[in-house]
Amino acid sequence: MTAPGPPAPLAGEPLVDAGLAAEHGLTPDEYGGLCELLGRVPTYTELGIASALYSEHCSYKSSKIHLRRFPTRSRRVVHGPGENAGVVDIGHGWVAAFKMESHNHPSFIEPYQGAATGVGGILRDVFTMGARPIACLDSLRFGDIDGARGARMRHLVDGVVRGIGDYGNCVGIPTVGGETGFHSSYNGNILVNAFALGVCRRERVFTAVASGAGNPILYAGSRTGRDGIHGATMASEAFDSESEAKRPTVQVGDPFTEKVLLEASLDAMRSGVVLGVQDMGAAGLTSSCFEMAARGGAGVDIDLDLVPLREASLTPYEIMLSESQERMVFVTQKGQEQAVVSILSRWGLQASTIGRVTDDGRARLTFGGRKVADMPVEPLVDGAPVYDRPAAPPGDLVRRQEDVAPEAPDDPLGALKRLLGTPELGDKAWIYQQYDSTVRSNTIVGPGADAAVLRLKGTPSGLALTSDTNPSYCWLDPRTGGRQAVAEAVRNLATAGAEPVGMTNCLNFGSPENPEIAWQLRECISGMADACRAFDVPVISGNVSLYNETEGEAVRPTPTVAMVGVIDGLMDLGDAAEIHRLLGCGFWRPGDRVLLLGNEGDEFGGSAYQRLLYGVEAGRPPAVDLRAEAALCALLRRARRTGWLSGAHDLAEGGLLVALAECVIAWGLGMRGHTGASPLSLFSEAQGRALVTLAPARVDDFFATAEEFGVPASDLGEVGGDRLVLGYDGGVVDGAIDDLRAVWAQALPRAVG
Amino acid sequence: MKCGIVVFPGSNCDHDVYHVLKRVLEQEAIFLWHQDTSLRECDLVVLPGGFSYGDYLRAGSMAAHSPIMAAVRRHAEAGGRVLGICNGFQMLLEAGLLPGAMRRNRNLRFLSVDVHLRVERNDLVYSCGYRRGEVLRMPIAHAEGNYVDTDAALDELERAGQVVFRYVDADGSVAPAANLNGSKRSIAGVCNARGNVLGLMPHPERCAEDVLGNGDGLALLAGAVRGPLLGRGGDEWRALVEGERPAPARRFDATPDRGGRAGRLAAAVAGSKS
Repeated sequence: MTAPGPPAPLAGEPLVDAGLAAEHGLTPDEYGGLCELLGRVPTYTELGIASALYSEHCSYKSSKIHLRRFPTRSRRVVHGPGENAGVVDIGHGWVAAFKMESHNHPSFIEPYQGAATGVGGILRDVFTMGARPIACLDSLRFGDIDGARGARMRHLVDGVVRGIGDYGNCVGIPTVGGETGFHSSYNGNILVNAFALGVCRRERVFTAVASGAGNPILYAGSRTGRDGIHGATMASEAFDSESEAKRPTVQVGDPFTEKVLLEASLDAMRSGVVLGVQDMGAAGLTSSCFEMAARGGAGVDIDLDLVPLREASLTPYEIMLSESQERMVFVTQKGQEQAVVSILSRWGLQASTIGRVTDDGRARLTFGGRKVADMPVEPLVDGAPVYDRPAAPPGDLVRRQEDVAPEAPDDPLGALKRLLGTPELGDKAWIYQQYDSTVRSNTIVGPGADAAVLRLKGTPSGLALTSDTNPSYCWLDPRTGGRQAVAEAVRNLATAGAEPVGMTNCLNFGSPENPEIAWQLRECISGMADACRAFDVPVISGNVSLYNETEGEAVRPTPTVAMVGVIDGLMDLGDAAEIHRLLGCGFWRPGDRVLLLGNEGDEFGGSAYQRLLYGVEAGRPPAVDLRAEAALCALLRRARRTGWLSGAHDLAEGGLLVALAECVIAWGLGMRGHTGASPLSLFSEAQGRALVTLAPARVDDFFATAEEFGVPASDLGEVGGDRLVLGYDGGVVDGAIDDLRAVWAQALPRAVG
Repeated sequence: MKCGIVVFPGSNCDHDVYHVLKRVLEQEAIFLWHQDTSLRECDLVVLPGGFSYGDYLRAGSMAAHSPIMAAVRRHAEAGGRVLGICNGFQMLLEAGLLPGAMRRNRNLRFLSVDVHLRVERNDLVYSCGYRRGEVLRMPIAHAEGNYVDTDAALDELERAGQVVFRYVDADGSVAPAANLNGSKRSIAGVCNARGNVLGLMPHPERCAEDVLGNGDGLALLAGAVRGPLLGRGGDEWRALVEGERPAPARRFDATPDRGGRAGRLAAAVAGSKS
């Protein structure tokens, strides 16, 4: 069906040579390899395709060698990394498909559309697996938002939050949690990481595979336009003063089309005539066709004249590289095209056949009756270059890790209020109240808790979701920071009684061509992988975002971890009507005892206390004892299952006093207690600690169990009253909840103006 | 009672309403398609929340011109029960089945938060499970819920007793701070003169099960399927809700535990099918 012979250049196309290849981000070696692979000089379209597939975003060329360290298998894993989303078995015949992805570069250039299309892309990754999305999380990092210098950043915060909200709210997927941090290293490069999770029956899982020679390839959804051309390449470059000019490479989203595409795709997949599905995300039609063909060990013939266009003047190069949103590719059984077309048209969507699957492993593209590309699929997709970039610790690491002795607070209550009044530790309601968190009626614990908890309709189970990372810890010691991020995620799930079943991540770093960044990446991944093995948590999907830097200034290493846990037997945790309070992190039942679990110790490297109150970011981050963390988590899960706990909250940024403040603010119920800690230790970020509350009658049993698990436990005091009262070595913290809540609640609204 | 939930392109609370009607209240429930012209003999028609047609012109305005709306209008005019929630309420306004209109929220942002509502009358099927003046907690999730009409029209609405729910503070008092979207006279839900058509912005279907931490919305949907028409008052419903009834076996696909208030009501409604 295609003309014989090699493809020829089209009239008006630029001449392809090493210079043009360099402009496309290909190194001389990469370009040389491409010419060798083809046995000739590539056409302009072929060069565009290769540059997209070889981009860091699509090929993981700088990170692949490190990513291999992650454990990716367990008895629950159905699909590990390599599919659109990873899939794990969550019991009772159900599976969960989930993934996290970054949309950092587009969001910095155009925050509203950048963030919105980030949500759109991750939702498509989930529903192309046949799973109906039921929850989103968002992990956001912004720069300084204070004062006149923060004006642009406040604009970014506003745009990103509106973009995420408008997209997710319209599609009807609740945003149930996430995290937001602020640090000057993000001034020139914000981070927007979006996570989505979907569920389906195990036998309904789909994969993105093109198979069966002669089977038709259908294009569905929005028409192809000029938006987003070279988005994947743009996302693989650092920012400079020219970046503003890249605004046209940001895609424009349409959540309504996404919603009908979601429903139509799930209907089509249920109909039994669809063999494979792939969305068109980064690198658009290029990556969807090549990746689907590669997975099936097949080839494709595509007639670009059949691709629905917004304007007739698009060139083959533009058609292949457009990142117009809300587009999908289906492979169906031969002769079943019409069935898919009818399902889509019921939802007001168009679908048309644009090509066929072949069995010779080549991608052949024609346009205007002429061949414009003829390339081998597998070597381009799986044979993309892999680099082991030179890595070396930063020259100033020793100085960075020198301890700066923290100053003891004269007034711990005052220090607490100042911490609660920072955007970093203050209430995030200003953000999450712009996201629908209750649609789909599964949300038991929504945003603002350690872990979000959803019930899973039709099963006795609940799902717990969390996302965590501490960029300061990672900057001071990336290996420890990587371990900490995973350990904190496991701990957050354990406070809800959930067993972790899988993890995804977004690795946000600067340029891997800088040996210090390559070292950060390698060390962070090593630390995360160690912790994953220790907790037996497989990494089932993920995303790497490199080149997050502007004018040579890299972001703090930010390996965002999103983890999913299963609570098997939600109703065993307590009375139905109390479960949402039991699983939240606040004090709610007067008379309960408050216990502190875990080893005490003074840890101030990278702590919120030093960073936010004294501007010091130095020392070694808190040590992470994986064995002690595992014991704590096992104890928390056991105590949850036995129905003993009325609440649990992990100790994180800000330490004990901040955690207690969060607990009393939640339901407006206070506590009175005592600790032997020094005033400074109240703010220590020693890891592996948590607060639990339980009825006095359960305390003896709990202490016995804690001892059995080898977890230190101490009784801090009793829930009650309208104040936070905590005696310490040398004084008493005594604050009215209303005062604490006031500074905490106003922190973010005041900062964003 | 046969319940029909209309699915428009962009509806996203259709499954949630279906879940409560079918699984929690154990009613016959079906989805109706926006291009259908028949209600297939449904007694209760629910226009669910979401972003029908993307809400691209005005919220609910395109949906109000869907083929099915002619049948919904006939049903309403014949005294049949029509419940519009959130985007469904906006459609009822756009279709002229309820008076008033919606503007963007006062702060021009989407609002997803729990609010308090006061029950202004309990002689409707929808509200007969509540006491008059009772304060309920329900989630709202909308960008255009700022109810507006002319002062004269609002006076008439009040006089005719068509304001069914009002945004209030936790103590039941009308206050600007409790009226987050800025609705005129804190109006959260209105009915037609006959009382068979109700529209409200808050989402009762999202707070109809104890396990979700809030069962306040169930009595509204239970009333919609089982409530007596005008004038009976809430007493017999209160008895059902608060009376001691044996809890049925635990069912995981519905209300997991019927020990709570919503659980008892669900058991009562499911167990008293006519």
